[in-house]
Amino acid sequence: MQILELSFVAAVLLAATPVLFASLAGALSAQVGVFNIALEGQMLWGAFSAVAASYYTGSAWAGVFTAIVSTAVFSLALAVGAARWKADPIVIAIGSNLFALGITGFLMRVLFDVSGSFSPRGLQGLEKMRWLEGIPVIGPIFAGQTPLVPLALVLIVAVGLWLKFSPRGLRLRGVGEHPEAASSLGINVSGYQFWVTIAAGALCGIAGAQLSLGNVTVFTENMTAGRGWIAVAAVMLVAGRPLWLPVACLGFGAAEALGFRLQGVGAPQQLTDAAPYAITLLVLVATRIRFPARRASISTESTP
Amino acid sequence: MSAPPEPQVLRHPLVRLARVAVRHPVVVPVGAVVIAVLIGAVIIAAAGLDPLTAYAAVLSGAFDPDTLDYTVSVWAFICGMALVAAIPLRMGEFNLGGNGQLVLGGLAAAVVAGQSGLPPLLAVPVAILAAAVLAGAFGAISAPLATRFGIPIIISTLLLSPVAVAVVSYLLRFQIGEKGAAVAQTDRFPESARMWALGDLSYTNVGLIIVILLMVAYWLVDSRTAVGFELRVVGANRRFGAYGGVRVGRLALGAMAASGAVAGIVGAIITLSAPYRLTDGALLSPGYTFAGLAAALLAGGRPALIPVTAVLFTVLQVGGAAMERSADVPRQLSDVLQGVVIVVLALRTVVDNRRSGEKGAR
Repeated sequence: MQILELSFVAAVLLAATPVLFASLAGALSAQVGVFNIALEGQMLWGAFSAVAASYYTGSAWAGVFTAIVSTAVFSLALAVGAARWKADPIVIAIGSNLFALGITGFLMRVLFDVSGSFSPRGLQGLEKMRWLEGIPVIGPIFAGQTPLVPLALVLIVAVGLWLKFSPRGLRLRGVGEHPEAASSLGINVSGYQFWVTIAAGALCGIAGAQLSLGNVTVFTENMTAGRGWIAVAAVMLVAGRPLWLPVACLGFGAAEALGFRLQGVGAPQQLTDAAPYAITLLVLVATRIRFPARRASISTESTP
Repeated sequence: MSAPPEPQVLRHPLVRLARVAVRHPVVVPVGAVVIAVLIGAVIIAAAGLDPLTAYAAVLSGAFDPDTLDYTVSVWAFICGMALVAAIPLRMGEFNLGGNGQLVLGGLAAAVVAGQSGLPPLLAVPVAILAAAVLAGAFGAISAPLATRFGIPIIISTLLLSPVAVAVVSYLLRFQIGEKGAAVAQTDRFPESARMWALGDLSYTNVGLIIVILLMVAYWLVDSRTAVGFELRVVGANRRFGAYGGVRVGRLALGAMAASGAVAGIVGAIITLSAPYRLTDGALLSPGYTFAGLAAALLAGGRPALIPVTAVLFTVLQVGGAAMERSADVPRQLSDVLQGVVIVVLALRTVVDNRRSGEKGAR
């Protein structure tokens, strides 16, 4: 029985990991006052570029690296537009999400001559941490996972502590809390916003790579399927505080993993697919009843 | 801070003329389209294909006289979904849940049309009304979520949409669908519950007139009524609107209900048109929601411009399929171009900032 429960924990963690990376990206953006809803498209681009690079080089880690770099470049439109030119981040994000959906499908057709999904023979996925197998508890949970899974948790804790205790983290939070005040203290507000948005792009690249080379070894059209939006909702849920993200994201992972289990016993796929969205929204409403919104910095209403 | 003296060259009449021209309101949308077309050409060329052939195929495919009937029907759907996006956009909100509202409208229309008891004159209006009510109510949920619980409309519409899509898909497959069919779809509706034809056209029908009436109604409300004025005031400056006595919560509720209702009507029109049945996924696969959103953004939510910008995205949509057939360029290029247009539009602040900077200098 215990094995079964631990395998469920592993499934929850697996489902949650891409969302964890993406929500960390969203939370960082929220901390500097950029409402980043481009996570969905950036994750999709990351997933595609990871698979493409892994296919061409034969190395999954080259895929991850390419995803990180190319998604950071992909996020330039948002970074330049929102941080430097004060354009509306929502409109840019809507456009770049559509662009990502189109360009990944387009390139899949042009480069690989397939549509729908791309999983050539010999496509290298990320290696699992099999060497953990013997250890009790940790083994059953992590042995079947890629190293990116524990990295997500470590990264979130590290970033959370960095934001809390380091001078730069404090400045970064100040930028989102009160841009004018931060600026008058000599902090380069748009510089922080720019580089954080780029870093968020890189994180979405890892999220995409974990999705297409870790969770599965295939790229399918629109494979992020709303995970970027769940990540945005998770950021709202925790009011931009990264240390709480694992709670929110593991809840989503549980909904998805439970959905798979329920499908196994005959529940209709349509309803289990809808569950994560419905649950996310309900939890969002429930927390807002309990804790009314405190921070304005992550609402869509910009206060220039 | 005083403005630096202008260099001699900038005082040249031609340069001045150019500067005035750049400030014309048409420049930004047209410029966005031109840039998108150029970027599209680069992408096509980079893929080893010929941009000119591709674009020629788009145009000839969209304006082929044999299929113009179909193109016009798509234009009507995109105009409708552009309204869906434009109404909340006017007050600065984004309804990205058009897909869910669209399928709920289709569902309501299919359920009503499936009842053969209704007299022919009533079946279509009742079906459309039911679609508007159901989808409108669904869209309206997002307003209290925003005003009571602080969940932005853009997030709640996006989270609600897949739920509606999944529920409709479930109902189609297991409850109201044709029994024993491989594809989840309803039976064909009876003759009495089909959209009324316009002459002998096979795609375009009375639905076109309904959409045009909706656009006229939006234009009238937007330009001639207090509600339209309130929408635009809140869109321009929410705090000023609230201070001026606009009840933002009620306005959001109305805007989202109207937006959802229009989506429902579009869903009903598509469902009650050929092939006269509701098929799982058929309402969503053409991507009308985001084509409409792109058209609304390009028009800046202005009622008079929506029919024009919708033409552009209709050409992309219909012509994209033709381009795939004749020039072998994947149709996903349409999505790419839609995305580029929206991003370039958003980046127009570069021009705006320059404008306000000049004003400030004077």
